[in-house]
Amino acid sequence: MTSSRFIITVIGSDRVGIVARVTTVMASFNVNIVDISQTIMQGIFTMIMLAEAPQENFDLAAFQKSMDTEGKSLGVEIKVQHEDAFRFMHRI
Amino acid sequence: MLINPNEILETIRMVRMEHLDIRTVTMGISLRDCCHPDIEVLNENIYEKITFRAKELVRTTNEIQSLYGIPIINRRISVTPIAIVAESCKTPDFVSVAKTMDEAAKESGVDFIGGFSALVHKGTTSGDLKLINSIPEALAGTEKVCSSVNVATTRAGINMDAVGMMGNIIKRTAELTADRDGIGCAKLVVFANAPEDNPFMAGAFHGIGEPEFVINVGVSGPGVVNAAIRELENPDLTEISETIKKTAFKITRMGEMVGREVSRRLGVEFGILDLSLAPTPAIGDSVAAILEAMGLERCGTHGTTAALALLNDAVKKGGAMASSCVGGLSGAFIPVSEDAGMIEAVKVGALTLEKLEAMTSVCSVGLDMIAVPGDTPASTLSAIIADEMAIGVINRKTTAVRIIPAPGKVVGDSVEFGGLLGSAPIMPVSNFSSEVFVKRGGRIPAPIQSLTN
Repeated sequence: MTSSRFIITVIGSDRVGIVARVTTVMASFNVNIVDISQTIMQGIFTMIMLAEAPQENFDLAAFQKSMDTEGKSLGVEIKVQHEDAFRFMHRI
Repeated sequence: MLINPNEILETIRMVRMEHLDIRTVTMGISLRDCCHPDIEVLNENIYEKITFRAKELVRTTNEIQSLYGIPIINRRISVTPIAIVAESCKTPDFVSVAKTMDEAAKESGVDFIGGFSALVHKGTTSGDLKLINSIPEALAGTEKVCSSVNVATTRAGINMDAVGMMGNIIKRTAELTADRDGIGCAKLVVFANAPEDNPFMAGAFHGIGEPEFVINVGVSGPGVVNAAIRELENPDLTEISETIKKTAFKITRMGEMVGREVSRRLGVEFGILDLSLAPTPAIGDSVAAILEAMGLERCGTHGTTAALALLNDAVKKGGAMASSCVGGLSGAFIPVSEDAGMIEAVKVGALTLEKLEAMTSVCSVGLDMIAVPGDTPASTLSAIIADEMAIGVINRKTTAVRIIPAPGKVVGDSVEFGGLLGSAPIMPVSNFSSEVFVKRGGRIPAPIQSLTN
């Protein structure tokens, strides 16, 4: 693990307010958005964020739980994964 | 974006849809310093060492699982072969050591513990004999303990006395666990050229050339390879090989990342990454499905051995590029009961024991999780083992037999083990006797290493 950056993916059917509600949860954990991209792929809403968590006093488990709960109430699946999971697999 | 969105979605799809997972994080623990002539002291030493060293294993792997979002299915422990550790004990058997291992595994929260093992490829010591004779009771009286016996190597040849013994031990193990379809045999494997750093069960043990502690990781991912091949449009076999190689690379990188982080957090040396394609009973997460994706109507038909050879080699090539620490078994597993495609192929009559044996000459391990009729004679089991050992010894590779003579079952029945062990249709064996051959005993000498034809 080399950083405190995470990839947050939001996948599900599109509706009003997804970005607003997801980013509100992130803000409450002091998680900053570094980069964001959003597309509709085969009718499925897909949002990918590269986010930076605070170096200290960051509770990953609590953050994942809050994001998961928010995702469930929005009817989308939200995953928070360390960026290394993607870098390691595709890049040498 | 700093990371390509397509790559991100590809990884997510592999985990969500294609069953990509880390099959096991296995901690190897040396028990050599636990030896004591009093078996009770030995058991205390073993319990303390295992539970002390492995106490953070489950918590740490859980943390890493949620950090990366990659499922880690099993946590396991492998220990020094107990035949060596308990050799100086004067008790007639080592069953209590297996029970201690079981308790230590439960206390540590791991799924399996391997190493109730003996290495007897050249001959047996008194400790080896006691261990082998303890296997049936040890496996019947424990839940998490796995056992293995190495009866052959390319350098020593095949110990046919031990092969003969193992037929009886397997029968006895099945009888003692008859109420559960002979599940004891699912935790017992007979090896040729057993690797010392294999993280997979039932054959994991902590070899004598290994460090005090080590973390070995086994990755899985037949579903990912299967999906990748099926996405290609009318590919030739070169393209298929290239796709498997690339996919194996990605799977292996994931395992390497997880292994290194577990080892860093636990302060335990990272040993090897075993990149075997290990199927699960989930639909699509199947080595048979990969072979069928290459164009075979059913796994087991003519062409299967060639397709499997291609698969196994491409997996190794991709994996070797992705990690400098590839070891263990590394290839493709073909356990019948654990692979929905294999089960189906047996049921429709496409896959027979003979074809499986041929397939094992080009892939990992061997005759794995095969259920045969309960009345199969011990000498026939030994002869099946001998054949498989010969393939390993001559081809300088690891082979193994994990066979279940399911008590009371006949061809047409099937056995149900549940979980990762799955279910297996009973396969027919030859009705002609091998008894005289097996009873001769002695040793099949080590093969010549030149004039290779």
